[in-house]
Amino acid sequence: MAKIKVNGETVEVDADGATPLLWVLREDLGLTGAKYGCGIAYCGACTVHVNGEPQRSCVVPLDAITDTDEIVTIEGLSKDGSHPVQKAWIDLDVPQCGYCQTGMIMSAAALLARNPKPTDQDIDAAMTNICRCGTYNRVRAGIHKAAGNKA
Amino acid sequence: MSSFDISRRNFVVGGTTAGLALGFNLQLASRRAQAQPGFPDEINAWVVVKPDETVVIRIARSEMGQGTLTGLAQLVAEELECDWANVTTEYPTPATNLERGRIWQSFSTGGSRGIRESQKYVREGGAAAREMLIAAAAETWGAPAGECKVEKGVITHSASGRQTTYGKVAEAAGRREVPKNVTLKDPKEWTIAGKSLKRLDTKPKVTGALVYGADIKLPGMLNAAIKQCPVFGGTLVSFDESKIVSMPGVKKVVRVDENAVAVVADKWWQAKTALDALPITWNEGKNKDVSSASINKWLEEGLTAEEAFVGNRQGDADAAIKSAAKTIEAVYAYPYQNHATMEPMNATAKWTADRCEVWCPTQNGEAALAAAAEAAGLPPQQCDVYKLHLGGGFGRRGAFHDFVRQVVQIAREFPGTPVKLLWTREEDMMHGAYHPVTQCKLTAGLDDAGNMTALRVRISGQSILAAVLPNRIKKDTGDAVAFQCYAPKGDHAFSYTFPNLLVDHAMRNPHVPPGFWRGVNANQNTIYTECFLDEVAHATGKDPLEFRLALMQDHPKNVAVLTAVAEKAGWGTSAPDGVFRGLAQCTAFASHTAACAEVSVTDGNLKIHRIVAATDCGYAVNPQQIEAQVEGSFVYGLSAMLFGECTVKDGRIEQQNFDTYTPMLMAQMPKVETIVMPSGGFWGGVGEPTIAVAAPAVLNAIFAATGKRIRTLPLKHQDLS
Repeated sequence: MAKIKVNGETVEVDADGATPLLWVLREDLGLTGAKYGCGIAYCGACTVHVNGEPQRSCVVPLDAITDTDEIVTIEGLSKDGSHPVQKAWIDLDVPQCGYCQTGMIMSAAALLARNPKPTDQDIDAAMTNICRCGTYNRVRAGIHKAAGNKA
Repeated sequence: MSSFDISRRNFVVGGTTAGLALGFNLQLASRRAQAQPGFPDEINAWVVVKPDETVVIRIARSEMGQGTLTGLAQLVAEELECDWANVTTEYPTPATNLERGRIWQSFSTGGSRGIRESQKYVREGGAAAREMLIAAAAETWGAPAGECKVEKGVITHSASGRQTTYGKVAEAAGRREVPKNVTLKDPKEWTIAGKSLKRLDTKPKVTGALVYGADIKLPGMLNAAIKQCPVFGGTLVSFDESKIVSMPGVKKVVRVDENAVAVVADKWWQAKTALDALPITWNEGKNKDVSSASINKWLEEGLTAEEAFVGNRQGDADAAIKSAAKTIEAVYAYPYQNHATMEPMNATAKWTADRCEVWCPTQNGEAALAAAAEAAGLPPQQCDVYKLHLGGGFGRRGAFHDFVRQVVQIAREFPGTPVKLLWTREEDMMHGAYHPVTQCKLTAGLDDAGNMTALRVRISGQSILAAVLPNRIKKDTGDAVAFQCYAPKGDHAFSYTFPNLLVDHAMRNPHVPPGFWRGVNANQNTIYTECFLDEVAHATGKDPLEFRLALMQDHPKNVAVLTAVAEKAGWGTSAPDGVFRGLAQCTAFASHTAACAEVSVTDGNLKIHRIVAATDCGYAVNPQQIEAQVEGSFVYGLSAMLFGECTVKDGRIEQQNFDTYTPMLMAQMPKVETIVMPSGGFWGGVGEPTIAVAAPAVLNAIFAATGKRIRTLPLKHQDLS
């Protein structure tokens, strides 16, 4: 039994140590907000925060997580969708199919936490999540809005 | 959002509709429109009004990001005259549709048809419900219905000043006969439709609460991972399950169809891990030596083959070219593409000897039901499909329900226990329904004055219909879909006029399965036309805009969109230093679209700065969602143009994940300025048509910047320095 701390709560997990964090979250803890998209840390749909840093949870094995690591998933970003990034996303109707958006939001929230006023170049560098519907321009606008930047 | 509450998806289906043909070509005797027992609070098939004033609008088409759910709800609510703030939606199930005589008609969500094909009858559904609700109130008051008005769900009898609400009269309204011949509003009077309202499905997408097919969890559910023979057409010979049966969580190894094997385990990660360790022997079959090179060579031969299906003929193009003062010729090629929906293929099934239920993302619930019933060995009346919003569709989840067929076969091994099948990204990449591969030779004939008097277009390559709907292949014209944007008339009419025109198709069908890929054949056909005409314009020293407009006089709506983008982009005025412009236009999916791209190329590096796009879709149900679709169309179209290709080696697709099949990212995304210019009088599609103009506008701008004409895609193989 591994102990991990997710969204502020320490929980016990009965999974093989090689199991990626993504699948621990989704299958053992029922937190399905982080999505499976590629399994190779490429698309970013599985992005969660580990100690405040955006991590692609599909390639982080359970063994690599210690019981003091603070994991935050989309379910823990806010209680009711009230994080500034989520509010901006709702205001601008950012999502289309939405499958990549929880990862987008977690990447954007981590960007804003370390850089409250990102430039377009900062956004380009930080936001490497894939969206097939093509929401990039609204994602960019949403980040600026959450940052309080003028569009 | 009520539409995702799985526990509520319990429509009782007790009917015995007979004579169901798989594929649902049903001849229907009658449609029972009135409220049905077992459907509480129903006014008619489209509208449910609850005592608390909640209005539930039934949506038959699927939501996959394109916004159809909200748009259709707007159309119903517009006629219903309810309060938009009270609106929620739900999907009726396909089996319920059958049981009720297909009262919701088609569930198919593709070809940019979701709104344009169903707008009339869903608006009529809303209007009929409004009349029933008003009539119910009028009857209570003993007043003529004609003296009653409604606004935002509040009914008023002005003469007496009496008022009531939809929620209060809903029960009585639901007992009334559904009126026929309702009058629809003039779109000019719309107050809900036609407005840039917020989508109804956003919040659960930003909190992670939305349950996609990949997320679903049912009590006692097992999980399955699958591998299919990597070579299309190959088969499964054997596997050695003794090597994995003792691995954690593993329940069973199941043979699926002729070509696949699945491992079922408690958790999906366990199933996938065990499957990776399973020794499997495939018979790769007769296609194992096919490569992109061999496919390309076969298609090349088609460019000059004698036999071809004719899609459009005016005058005598061959003779005109023979006698032309000058000819220009070019050959273009477009590779295979994968839909690559962000949510990989998946479905969940629970099977017993007398009932089969499936939960899945699908663009066509009825086709999913047909696939489920066939695999279940049960009549469709004993099956049902619970649709979940799609994590992307793009055509992959409409005509193909391989994932449904597979999961039902697997679930039959565990009667009464639900099983979820989730494909890995690698399976998804290697077992798609690929955008077909074609090549195209175009020849222009010009007279002494440099006027283009003839166009000859020879397409060589794959037919989607031949693989998917072979009964729609016609003897003389072959696959009509292959001629998208070259058709003499209709949704994909060629939008230029030449006195001499011949467009034909030498069909060459490699073993790689093709499918309808967002934008379908409009995508490459518009590249062929728009880049080639750009070539001719430059070769004859003409301005690419003026050159086009001179050939478009019979196509005023195309002229309007092209002119609109040219004006807004500043065509004819100087661009910023180092920035060059390119144009494209077409008619696709019954809409008229155009784009002007601005690019720069520095030391061989392309930057797309800005796109101006215009779309005339007839009526705009939600302009801001049209803008979202237009922006997204550039991502889809330009991803393919820049990077997208699925190559074949040893009979299989080489690209297995996003590291080799690479969509564009935020940093590559240009600014998009969208002009929504609905001219009325027709209903055009929105989700797809703009994709067709994305690539050629950029490719023409690249030519303007570099003098390099890109004729073979993707661009990543080309040197722009």
